[in-house]
Amino acid sequence: MHAPAPGVAEVGAYLDDYWREYADEAGFRAPSSVATVYPPAAPTTRRPGADDSPEGLLAHLDGEGATHAVVNCFSGVEALRNVDFANAYATAVNEWLAAEWLAHDERLRAGIVVKPDDPAGAAAEVARRAGDPRFVHVLLPVRADRPYGNRLYWPLLEAAVEHGRPLALHFGGSSGNPPTPVGWPSYYLEEYVGMGHIFEAQLTSLIAEGAFERFPELRVVLLESGFGWLPPLLWRLDKEWKGLRREIPWVKTAPSETIRERVRVAVQPVDGPPDAEGLARLLERLGSDDLLVYSSDYPHAHLRTYEEALGPVVSPELDRRIRHDNAAALYGL
Amino acid sequence: MRRVARLPGIVDADVHHMLSSNDLLTPYLPQRWARYNEQFGLRYPDSIGYFATRPRHFACRTDAWPPDGGVPGGDLDFMREQLLDAWPIEAVILNPINQTTCGSQFVEFAAALTRALNDWTQAEWLEQDDRLYSSICVPCEDATLAAAEVERRAGNPRFVQVLVNVRTREPLGNRKYWPLYEVAEANGLPLAMHVGGHGGNTITGAGWPSYYFEDHAGYPQAFQSQVISLVVEGVFERFPGLKVVLQEGGFAWLPWLMWRSDMAFELLRDEVAHLERKPSETIREHFWFTTQPIEEPERAEWLPQLLDELGMPGRALFATDYPHWDFDAPDQALPLSLGDELRGAIYAGNARALYPSLS
Amino acid sequence: MKYVVAHEGEIEEGGHKLVTVAGREIGVFLVDGEYFALRHRCPHQGGPLCNGHLLRVVESSGPGDYAAGPRRLLQCPWHGWEFDIRTGRSWFDPAKQRVKRYPVSLEAETYPVAVESRSVVVTID
Repeated sequence: MHAPAPGVAEVGAYLDDYWREYADEAGFRAPSSVATVYPPAAPTTRRPGADDSPEGLLAHLDGEGATHAVVNCFSGVEALRNVDFANAYATAVNEWLAAEWLAHDERLRAGIVVKPDDPAGAAAEVARRAGDPRFVHVLLPVRADRPYGNRLYWPLLEAAVEHGRPLALHFGGSSGNPPTPVGWPSYYLEEYVGMGHIFEAQLTSLIAEGAFERFPELRVVLLESGFGWLPPLLWRLDKEWKGLRREIPWVKTAPSETIRERVRVAVQPVDGPPDAEGLARLLERLGSDDLLVYSSDYPHAHLRTYEEALGPVVSPELDRRIRHDNAAALYGL
Repeated sequence: MRRVARLPGIVDADVHHMLSSNDLLTPYLPQRWARYNEQFGLRYPDSIGYFATRPRHFACRTDAWPPDGGVPGGDLDFMREQLLDAWPIEAVILNPINQTTCGSQFVEFAAALTRALNDWTQAEWLEQDDRLYSSICVPCEDATLAAAEVERRAGNPRFVQVLVNVRTREPLGNRKYWPLYEVAEANGLPLAMHVGGHGGNTITGAGWPSYYFEDHAGYPQAFQSQVISLVVEGVFERFPGLKVVLQEGGFAWLPWLMWRSDMAFELLRDEVAHLERKPSETIREHFWFTTQPIEEPERAEWLPQLLDELGMPGRALFATDYPHWDFDAPDQALPLSLGDELRGAIYAGNARALYPSLS
Repeated sequence: MKYVVAHEGEIEEGGHKLVTVAGREIGVFLVDGEYFALRHRCPHQGGPLCNGHLLRVVESSGPGDYAAGPRRLLQCPWHGWEFDIRTGRSWFDPAKQRVKRYPVSLEAETYPVAVESRSVVVTID
C-alpha cells in the first residue's frame, strides 16, 4: 500500500530550521521525481474512487480483512543530490509516517525511507528506526545508479541485517542513468513494462556479488515488480553459473535455489498469462510455495485483483501462505 | 566429431567470422580512414576495460582457436572443419562480430569501417563458400549513413538482413533510427539485432554491474527493452513490412513480455493511441528469434511448453553462435520431444521462409 | 577389459593423450604423478571435454576471496563446466545442492587407470 509522497508542506514540521528555510528559499515543494514515476492522473497511479488518506487506506484494509499492511512511501528522496538534504528529508518522511500514519492503527507497518546511494547515511537511518518494530523493511527504489549487490552498499545491507529488516526493492526510482540498457524510453508504458528487467538486473547483482553469502541472514522482498519474468531468469542464471562460476567463486549454490530461499515477491501487478491454466503453469515454474506475498498495491490500479487472477488456481493452503504466512515469516509477525 | 543421427539439413542463423586484426580492413578502407585507424584505432569511451576480465578469451570456445594461427572465426578452413562440414549445414548466416565494435564508433568512422567490413566479408568469405550468407553491417547511430550502406548491398542476394547491435544509444524504436527501417523495409530486408555494442549507456537499468556473469546473463534485459520500444513507439504501424530478428537474446522471457505489455496496454491505452493492436499481436507478427543460447528450464518438458505458449512456431531460427563459448551443438540443443516437424522448421524451414535468397 | 593406452613416460605431467578404445574416445591425463581417464565427451552438450584446460580448483570464503588450489578441474572447452578429474563429478555437483532439481547425468564418465609393467592401462567394463 502507498502513502502519497509528502512534500515540505507535510514533512516540514519534521525538518530542522536550516532545512525548512533552505526549502523555503529555494521554493522547493517536493522531490519532482515522484510525478515522473507516478504521474498523478495516469490510469495506473490511482484506481477509480481511491482515497489515499490514512482513513482511505484503513477503509480499504477493513474491506480486505487484513491483519497487517505495509505502507510504502515512494518519496523520491533518492533523486535529491544534496546528500545532507536527502538524508534529512528521509528522516523527516519516516517521522511523518510514524506520527501521521502508523499512529492511526495497530495494523499499519511502514518501509524505512532512505537515500540508498549514501550507504552510511542510509545505514544510520535504518539504525534510527530500528527500535520501532512498526518499521519492517528498508525501502529501496529498484532503479539505481549502481545495482544493490555492489559492495559499496554493504554498510547499508549490514545495517538492515543487523536490525533484522529485509531490503524491499520497489517499482520506480530516479537515477542518473536511463532505466534501460539502451537509453531513455519515450512513453510511460515503456517504463511501466520495462521495470521488470530492472528487477532482473538487481537480483542478478545480489547473486553475483555474493550479497547472500556475505550476509547469510539477508532477505529481500520485491514490491510492485510482477513475477512472470522470474522463472526465465532463474533458468538463465543457473545456466550461466554452471559455466562462469570461477569468476564469482563465492556463489556456491545455484542462483535459483538462493533466490527461492531469500527472496519474496509481491503478487501485484500480476504479469502472467490471462488464462487460469497458464497461471497455474507459471506458479509451478516459480518452484516454491513460499515465494509470493499478497499485495493490493492500493491505491495504484491494476488489471486484476489477486482474487481475480490467482484465486482460481491456488489451493486453500497456498492461498493462506500468500495472504498471510509468507509475509508473517518474512517480517516476524 | 561427426554426429548426424536424426538431423535434418540445417540453416545456422548466427555464426561469427572475425577479423584477426582490424588491420585486415586496411585494404578496404579509403586512405583517410586507413590512416585514422592506424593512428587512433577503435576506441570505446563508455567502456574502458569493462569486462576485459571475462573468463573466456574473446568469449570463445577454447577449442576454436585455429591451429594455423589467428582468432576463433578467423579462418574459413577451420570453420569448415569445426562447423560447416561437421554437421549437415546447408547455409550459414554470418553476423560479423566486429560489427559490435566497428558499428559503435563515431558515425563517420563507423560508416567507413562497416563498409570495409562488408567488403571484406564479401571478398574473403561469401565468395569462398556458397553456403555463406551475411548481414549488412551499418553505423548504428546514424540512420542516414546506415541506410546508404544498406542500399549499397541491397541488390546482392548473399546479404540477407541489416545488422545492428542490441546495445544502442537510444532504444531502437526512437525516431532517429526510422530512416534505416524505411530502407530495410523497402528492400525486403529484416532488421537483426545481436548481442554486443557500445551504446554509451550503463548496461542495466540500475547502473554498471561488476562481473561478466552479469553482463552475459543480463543481455535479455537489452532485448526486452528493444522489443518494448519498437512496439510502443509505433515502428510497425509506420513500417508494416518490417521484420525484426532477435539474435542471441534467449526467448523464455518473450511470453512474459507479451503478457505484461498487453496488461499495461489495457491500462494505458490512451497514452499510446497511435497503436492499432495490442503488443502481443504486433510481436507475433513482426518478430523472429534465434534459439541460441537454448533455454534450459529445470524440467525438460517446460521447453516445449514454453514454445507452445510463445505461439510462434514459424519464428524460431536455429543457431549455433559458433565460435562463442555459449555455442549450441546442433545435435544436442533441440530436444527430440519437440517432434520432427517443429525441429525441421526450427533447423531450416523457418530460416528459408524468412531469407528467400538462401539456395 | 583392460586396454593399454600409453607407455609410461609417454604422457607429460599435466598433459593428456586422446585414444579410442572399446568404441569410445577417452582422454588419459597425468596429474601430480597419477593417471586419470575420462570420456572425451561433456555430459552437457557433448563437447570435446578432454581438449579443455586443466584449471586450478578455485574456492572462496566469501566475496573478494579467491583461493586457487591444485590444478585438477577439467574445464569443458565449450560452456566451461568444470569436472574434478579424479572423480568426473561436476563442480556444481547436484548432490551438493540442497534441492536436487537436476538430472543426475551430469558427471563425466571416468575409468580406472593403473600402471602395469610400464604400460598405462585403462579398465572399461
